[in-house]
Amino acid sequence: MADFIFTHSYLILLFPLLSFALITFFMLHWQNRTVGKLAIVLSGLSLFYGLLTVVTYLISGLGTPDRSVLCFDLAWLNFSPELTANMGIYLDPISVMMVFVITVISLLVNIYSVGYMKGDSGFNRFFALLALFSFSMLGLVVSSNILQMFVFWELVGVSSYALIGFWYEKPSAVAASKKAFIVTRFADAFFLIGILTVSFVTGSFDFATLNNPETAAALNKTLIFGGLSVNLLTLTSLLIFAGGWGKSAMFPLHIWLPDAMEGPTPVSSIIHSATMVVAGVYLTARMFPLFSASATAMGVIQFIGAFTALFAAVIAITQYDIKRILAFSTLSQLGYMLFSLGVAKVAADGHHGADINPLGYSASMYHVFTHAFFKCMLFLGAGSVIHAVHSNNIMDMGGLKKLMPRTYWSLLVACLAIGGLFPLSGFWSKDAILLAALQSGHKTTFLVGLVTGGLTAFYMFRLFFLTFHGEPRSELHDVHEDPWMTLPIVILTVPTVTAGLLEHFFIHYVTVPGFNEPSHFGHPGWLPWAATGAAVSGIGLAWLLYGQGKTDAASSLKKVAGPLHTLVYNKFYIDEVYLFVTHKIIFGGIAAPIKWFDRQIVDGSMNLTGWLLQKGGKGVRLLQNGQLHFYLGVTVIGLIVILFLGK
Amino acid sequence: MNGPLLLTLIWVIPFVIALITLPLHNDDHLRIKQVSLWGNLVNLIFVISLTFKFIGDTAAAPLAVTDSLSRFQYTYKVVWFQILNIEYNIGVDAISVLMMLLTGIVIFCGVLASWNVKNQAKEFFVLLNVLVAGVYGVFVSIDLFTFFLFYEIAVLPMYLLIGLWGTGKKEYAAMKLTLMLVAGSAFILAGILALYFESGLNTFDLDQLSRVRFSDSFQYWVFPIIFFGFGVLGAIFPFHTWSPDGHASAPTAVSMLHAGVLMKLGGYGCLRVAMYLLPEGAQMWMTFFLVLVTINVFYGALGALRQTDLKYITAYSSVSHCGLVLFGFTAMTFTGLKGGVLQMISHGLMTALFFCLIGMIYGRTHTRTVSEMGGLMKVMPFLSVAFVVVGFAGLGLPSLSGFIAEANVFVGSFANPATINRVCTVLAVLSIVVTAVYVLRTVNGLVGGPVSDRFKELSDASLMEKVPVTILLFCLFGMGIMPGWIIDLVNSAVHPIYNNLMR
Repeated sequence: MADFIFTHSYLILLFPLLSFALITFFMLHWQNRTVGKLAIVLSGLSLFYGLLTVVTYLISGLGTPDRSVLCFDLAWLNFSPELTANMGIYLDPISVMMVFVITVISLLVNIYSVGYMKGDSGFNRFFALLALFSFSMLGLVVSSNILQMFVFWELVGVSSYALIGFWYEKPSAVAASKKAFIVTRFADAFFLIGILTVSFVTGSFDFATLNNPETAAALNKTLIFGGLSVNLLTLTSLLIFAGGWGKSAMFPLHIWLPDAMEGPTPVSSIIHSATMVVAGVYLTARMFPLFSASATAMGVIQFIGAFTALFAAVIAITQYDIKRILAFSTLSQLGYMLFSLGVAKVAADGHHGADINPLGYSASMYHVFTHAFFKCMLFLGAGSVIHAVHSNNIMDMGGLKKLMPRTYWSLLVACLAIGGLFPLSGFWSKDAILLAALQSGHKTTFLVGLVTGGLTAFYMFRLFFLTFHGEPRSELHDVHEDPWMTLPIVILTVPTVTAGLLEHFFIHYVTVPGFNEPSHFGHPGWLPWAATGAAVSGIGLAWLLYGQGKTDAASSLKKVAGPLHTLVYNKFYIDEVYLFVTHKIIFGGIAAPIKWFDRQIVDGSMNLTGWLLQKGGKGVRLLQNGQLHFYLGVTVIGLIVILFLGK
Repeated sequence: MNGPLLLTLIWVIPFVIALITLPLHNDDHLRIKQVSLWGNLVNLIFVISLTFKFIGDTAAAPLAVTDSLSRFQYTYKVVWFQILNIEYNIGVDAISVLMMLLTGIVIFCGVLASWNVKNQAKEFFVLLNVLVAGVYGVFVSIDLFTFFLFYEIAVLPMYLLIGLWGTGKKEYAAMKLTLMLVAGSAFILAGILALYFESGLNTFDLDQLSRVRFSDSFQYWVFPIIFFGFGVLGAIFPFHTWSPDGHASAPTAVSMLHAGVLMKLGGYGCLRVAMYLLPEGAQMWMTFFLVLVTINVFYGALGALRQTDLKYITAYSSVSHCGLVLFGFTAMTFTGLKGGVLQMISHGLMTALFFCLIGMIYGRTHTRTVSEMGGLMKVMPFLSVAFVVVGFAGLGLPSLSGFIAEANVFVGSFANPATINRVCTVLAVLSIVVTAVYVLRTVNGLVGGPVSDRFKELSDASLMEKVPVTILLFCLFGMGIMPGWIIDLVNSAVHPIYNNLMR
C-alpha cells in the first residue's frame, strides 16, 4: 500500500500541471466561474494526494534509517556515459514538510483568488499561472538531484516573473518582473557554475552523492589562483549557495522582492512570502551536509542571514506601503531562517566539543513552516484590506476594525504570531532559533536575533494599529468582506495558533541527515522571557506611538531622525547603486564601447579590406559589369566545360 | 524506401519545385506559393520518414562506443568527374539526419511565413528552393568536392534574396554578406584541395580521407584555414559582421533559413571536415579558437544589449548563440561536442521562430524599434506569448530546447580540466546573465506597458501565421522536455568523432 502511494506520488505535481495545461490550451476564454472551480478542484486533488503521501511517509518512511524515500528516479538528460541527470521524487522530512505547506497554501490561495480576482480580465490566465507555479514549486522541493532542482528553480522563477508582471499594462509591474528575473538569474549563473563544479568532481548530480562526506573531502583542497588561495570546498559551497542568495533575496540581492509586490496580492502571498522565497533556505538545508563541512561558508551564511534580518526590519519601520512592509518583514524572517542554518555550525570557541548543533537546522525548518502560514495570512489579510480601501498606503487606512471584524481578529492573531508571543507558532520557532544561536556560541547573532524580534513586533503593530484602529482616514465606499477571501484567512489561523504543538516533532525528526538524536545542549531558562520581553516592548512602543490610530508620531519621527530617516526610508539607496552600476557602468561603460568597437573597428577593417580590394581590382573591372545574366552565363559555361573535361 | 534513393530525392525535390515554379505565370501568386508549400510539405514528410528509418536502423545495429570512424548509412557513390575522381557520394549519420530534419521544419515554416511576399514572388520562391536544395545537398554529401558545390549553391542565392527582397541598406548588406562568405569559401576550397593532394589517394571521399593520418605540420597549417573558412558562416569573431547587417536586411523567410539552417553549415563543416579529418590540428589550435569563440559568446551578448532594432538584437544574439556551438566543439570533450550539435539544432529552431515572429510583428507595426513598441500583449496576445516563450528559450530556460543544449555545452566545456577552459566556461556561463538582460529588455519593451494609439487596431496572427509558430514552439518544447531521443541519436554520431579526436 505504501509503495503504491509512493510510486504514484507524481500525482501531486500532475494535478497542478493539468490545471495549467487545461486552462491555457482549452479554457482561456471560458467563464471565470468554471475556470475558478476547476482550479480549486485540481488543487484540492493535489492537496489530497499530498496529504496521503505525507501521512504514508510519516507512517512508513520516517522509520527508515536515513528517513528518506526515493519514490522514483528516471533518467532524463544524458550528458555522457558517466553522467546522467534524473527526474525523481525524493521524500525526506524537509521535502515532505514543504509538500504539505505548498499544497495547503496553494489551495487556500486559489480559493482566495476567486474572490480577489473577480472581474479581472486576466482571471483565467491568473489561475493558469498560479497552477504552473504550484507545479514548479512542488517539483523543486521533491527534487532528487541538484540539476532537477535547478530546472524547477528556473521554472518557479519564470512563473514568478509572469505573475509579478501579471498586469502587464502597468509599466511599474513590467519593470518589477524584469528586475526580479534578472537579479535572481544573476545569482543562478553562479549556482550553475557551482553545479558544474560538484558534478565534475563527483560525477553525479544526486543529493545523496553530493552530501556524502567523501565529496566534501574530495573538494577540500586549496586552489592557487593568481596569488589568491581559495578552498575549493568553500568556493563551491558559496557558488551553490549564491542561487539561494538571490532566490531568498538576501542582502544585497534583496532589491527585487519589495518591487515584486507589484503583482496581485495572492501572488505576493504564496510566491513572495510563503513558498518560493524560502527556496534559498531550502537549498541551503538540502546541501547542509556539504556546506557545513566548510566553516567559512557557514559563517557567510550566518552573517548574511543575520545582517538581512536586522537590515530589513529597520527599513520596514519607515515604510508606508502595507505590502512593502510585509515584503521587508519577509526578508527579515528569511534572514532568521538562514542564520539559524548558519548557527547549526558550532562556533570555533564553543565549549561543547561538538561541531554541528542540529537544533539550528531544525529550528530553521520549523520557522519555514510556521512563517509560511502566518505570513501567508498577513498577505491575504492585507489583500482584503487593499481590496476594500483601494490603496496600499497605511496612512489612508485606519478604523477598519469595525468594518472588517473577521480580518481584524485574524490579523491580530497573525501579528502576535510573527511578533513571537506565547503560545502562538512564531514564539516557538523563534525561540528555537535564538536558543540554537546561543547554544552554538554565536553571541552577536543571538543579540541581532533578539533585537530584530523586538523591531518585528514594533513594525507589525505599527502596521496593525494604523490600519485598523482610530478613525478612517479616507473615504470608504461599500467596505465588505468577501467570503471567498475571508474563509482562507480564518482557516489559516488554525496552523498559526497550533503549530507550536509540533515543536517536539521538528526537533526530533526534522534534523540534519545523520543526526537522528537531538543533541544535549543546555537550555537557559531566561531565554523565553527575554524574547517575550523584546516582543512586548515592541508592541508597547507601537501602541504608545500609533495606538488608537495616532499618526502624528510618524511625522515627528521624521523630524527627530531627519537625514537618518530619509536614508532608511529610501532603503539605504541600494537601488540607486544598482541603477548606477547597470546603466552607467555596464550599459554605458562596457556595452556602448563594444557596440562602437564592433561597428567601427571590426566592421571597419572588413570594409577597409573590401575597399582596398576594390581599388586593386580596377583592372578586372571589365568583367564586373553588374549584369546578373552575364554572371549566370559564365557560371553555366564553366560548369559545362568542367563536365566535358570530366568525361 | 531504399535509403540512398530517399537521400537523393530529398535534395532533388526542392530543385523540382523550383523548376515547376519557373513556367508559372508571374502574377499567379497563390499557385506559386502552393507549389512551394505542398512540395516542401512532401519533402518534410520524406525527411521525417528518413529520421524514423534511421532511428530504427541505428537501434537495430548500434555503433560501438569505441568506434573511431563515423559510419555513414544509406551510402551510394558514382563518379561524375573522372579526372579528379569527384564522386556523387552520399550517406548520412545522426548529425546530418537531425540537421536535415531541422532544415525541413524551418523551410516549411519559412514558406508559410513568406505568404505575404508580393513582389516578384516567382523568382523569390525559385531562389529560396534552390537554396534549400543546396542545404540538403551539403548534409547528404560525403564527397568533399560535391559538399563544397552544394555549399556554394546554398550560399550564393542569398545575395539575390537579400539584394532584391530585403529592406534597408539591402545592397550593401547583400554585398557584404556574399563577399565575406565567399572569402570563407575560398579558404574552404583551398583546404579541401590541400587535403586532396596531401593524401595522395586521388579522392575527395570523407570516409577514406578520415583513415589517413596527415602529418602534424600539415595539420598545423590546414586546420585553421578550414576552421576559419567554415567559421565565417558560423559567425566566428571577428568575421561575424556580415551577420547583423545581413539579417537585418533580409526578408523574413531568408532570415529564418539563413540564421536557422545556413549558419549551422558553418558549425557542421567545422566539426565534420576540420575537426574530424584533422584531429591533431584541432588539438594544436583549440585554445586559440576557444578564446575566440568565448569572445563571440560574451561579445555577441553585450552587442545585443545596446541594439534597438529587433533584427539587430536577434542577429547579435545569434552571434552569441552560434558562438556557443563552436564553444562546445572547442571544449574537446564528448559532452562538449554533443552540446555543440544540440545547440545547432536548438538555435536553428529558436532563431527561425524569432525571425518569423519579428517578420509578423513588423508586418503589422511597420517598425522594428523596440522603444516605439509596447503593449502588444493587449492587441496580439498569440504573437506576444510566442515571443515571450522564444525569448525564454534564448536565455536557456529549462523545459525549452536552449537549456538542454547549453547545459551540455557548459558541462562538456567544464569537463576539460585545462585552466583556460575553466575560465572560459565561467565567462560563458556568466554571459547567460547578459542574455537574460537583453532578452527581457526586448520582450518587456515589446509586449508590456500601455498600448499606444497607433497599434490599437492591429490584429493578432491569422490561422496561416499560427501554423508555423505553433510548429516551431512545439519543437522547442519537445526538445526541451523530452530530449532523450535526440540525445541518443547525437551520441551515436559524436562517439566516433570524439574518439577520433582523442586518438
